[in-house]
Amino acid sequence: MFELLGIPPQVLLGQLLLGLINGSFYAVLSLGLAVIFGLLNIINFAHGALYMMGAFVAWMLLNYLGIGYWWALILAPLITGAFGILLERTMLSRLYHLDHLYGLLLTFGLALIIQGLFRNYYGISGLPYRIPDLLSGGNNLGFMFLPNYRAWVVVASAAICFGTWFMIEKTRLGAYLRAATENPVLVGAFGINVPLLIMLTYGFGVALAGFAGVLAAPIYSVNPNMGADLIIVVFAVVVIGGMGSIMGAILTGYMLGLVEGLTRVFYPEGSAVVIFVIMAIVLLIKPEGLFGRAA
Amino acid sequence: MLRKIAFGTVLGALGATTALAQGIDVKLGVLNDRSGVYADLSGEGSVVAARMAVEDFKAADKGLNVEIISADHQNKPDIGSNIARQWYDQDGVNAILDVPTSSVALAVADITAEKNGVLIDSGAGSTALTREQCRPTTIHWTYDTAALATGTGAAMTNAGGKKWFFLTADYAFGHSLEENTAAVVKENGGEVVGQVNVPFPAQDFSSFLLQAQGSGADVIGLANAGGDTVNAIKQASEFGITQAGQKLAALLFFVTDVHALGAQTAQGLSLTEAFYWDQNDGTREWSKRFFDTHGAQPTMVQAGVYSGTMAYLAAVEAVGSAEDGKAVAAKMKEMEFEDALFGKVKVRGDGRALHDMYLFEVKSPDQSEGEWDLYNEISKISGEEAFLPMLDECDFTKM
Repeated sequence: MFELLGIPPQVLLGQLLLGLINGSFYAVLSLGLAVIFGLLNIINFAHGALYMMGAFVAWMLLNYLGIGYWWALILAPLITGAFGILLERTMLSRLYHLDHLYGLLLTFGLALIIQGLFRNYYGISGLPYRIPDLLSGGNNLGFMFLPNYRAWVVVASAAICFGTWFMIEKTRLGAYLRAATENPVLVGAFGINVPLLIMLTYGFGVALAGFAGVLAAPIYSVNPNMGADLIIVVFAVVVIGGMGSIMGAILTGYMLGLVEGLTRVFYPEGSAVVIFVIMAIVLLIKPEGLFGRAA
Repeated sequence: MLRKIAFGTVLGALGATTALAQGIDVKLGVLNDRSGVYADLSGEGSVVAARMAVEDFKAADKGLNVEIISADHQNKPDIGSNIARQWYDQDGVNAILDVPTSSVALAVADITAEKNGVLIDSGAGSTALTREQCRPTTIHWTYDTAALATGTGAAMTNAGGKKWFFLTADYAFGHSLEENTAAVVKENGGEVVGQVNVPFPAQDFSSFLLQAQGSGADVIGLANAGGDTVNAIKQASEFGITQAGQKLAALLFFVTDVHALGAQTAQGLSLTEAFYWDQNDGTREWSKRFFDTHGAQPTMVQAGVYSGTMAYLAAVEAVGSAEDGKAVAAKMKEMEFEDALFGKVKVRGDGRALHDMYLFEVKSPDQSEGEWDLYNEISKISGEEAFLPMLDECDFTKM
């Protein structure tokens, strides 16, 4: 049997698969960020807090209304998305004509407020959320034990990522969206309601964060800080992929999940920083990101 | 006119004497994490516990005017130090309570010694508080990493868990917890087959857990705390590690963490604590009062703030003043204490409070009769056994 740097291939395969699973979360989250940045030019720092909200809404649906995981998977993104639309209408829409920095500051402030409110009501220790019965258990793949739920995470996120990419790049609605960001005045003159389009886009980006939150609830601790820990990494993913590039965000998300997974085997201490090292290198060599267009 | 002034002076003097007879002023500062990862296990709950201690001590009847203030140190030594200085210099605080997060606790211990206050630490784990950095004015009340290692490490090794693999949070606390536990494991005839340093904080432990699984260890020692431990346990159960027979040792785990996991996921876990709300009538009665105010059951840290405050107030009463911190701390080391929560407590010359520690096992969901009905008591470890022996240079009763 060959070994790579003293690591048996089974272990390596297992770690690659785990990297893919983590990459799924990065992909869905960075996709939402890329959609919002690409179409609205808003650097949405509240994305992590909204991801956390998705997980909490799933928990609330179960504990207050008895609504289970599968409905939560649909309802929680809708509820978080609606909340996002409320934010966009009341606050963000006033900032479109200003510098990016204002949007960043506003959404960062919102993130702190949302996290603070949840911490105040639900504490910091986290809340339990069970894996749905249909997906509990797992299969022994020979090289590792793959829990069914993790397999589902990969499938669900790949489907969502592909669907989003298809909608934006290949459909008429997506064409309107892209046109509206290029030249909102002209598109408006053709009788298309541009503000509505932008509002729905923000809502959709936020709904993606909520969806990732529901996916995460059964496997990660549902606590008010869960998004704050993740958002910085996801930003790095978006920067590496190229700000605003839909396909770039998706592919980079999966790719960095894999890189991080491998680092955890070869040099675990470095696994928290490897993504930022890559970000620095990419910014030095190709500042527009791997999949971005040169400005 | 002159008569009036004379009369006023006499009256004033009288007033002053009655004020003196009325009592001793004591100001206590609860300094802990009120917004971060340790906010649930210390936080406002510790303030509630300190207030209950003042009430139960009947401080007012005994001539003590006790005031309690609190602040958030955000787990940052610089912020904690600033607050401690301000409290001692400007606000007239006599003693600081709780102080979780070892780095902050060590900084506050130095300032307390310099300003002649008293630090009664309940939340921090580092043994350095009563060893490498011992101070005459430091009292370490509830637990330390050595006691946790003795409790959980020895019990699990003796129960057949000879081979250990550590998942260690990659900072001072994690390394010291691993080191203490590894020593206990080896003492009891076990061996350490591997370890991995996990960046702090971490969401996903699956990769590290798989490495632990591949090592063939009997026990996976989790040398981390709070959300990290919760995530690691949750994922170990998901990846079938616990079901396949490997055992998890949560080396620092609080009842609020177990509550966050739920009995379903946490069942069978061994852990060491100084206090559990459902131990006897005394703990149940106190915890019910605590629950009615705070809305959650107390952790051992919060119970320790209560117990430590009771002891401090008794010492202040005996000394007759709270001004001289060194004198009050020395008095605490002479006295013997007993309360409903910690039983008999003796404070050693180095400031280490000796009391029983307990090894608990988390109940399975069918044993558990409520969301807070979580532990079975497995064994009791005496204070002498649980804590490290005293270093001679730290015995302040001989100086």
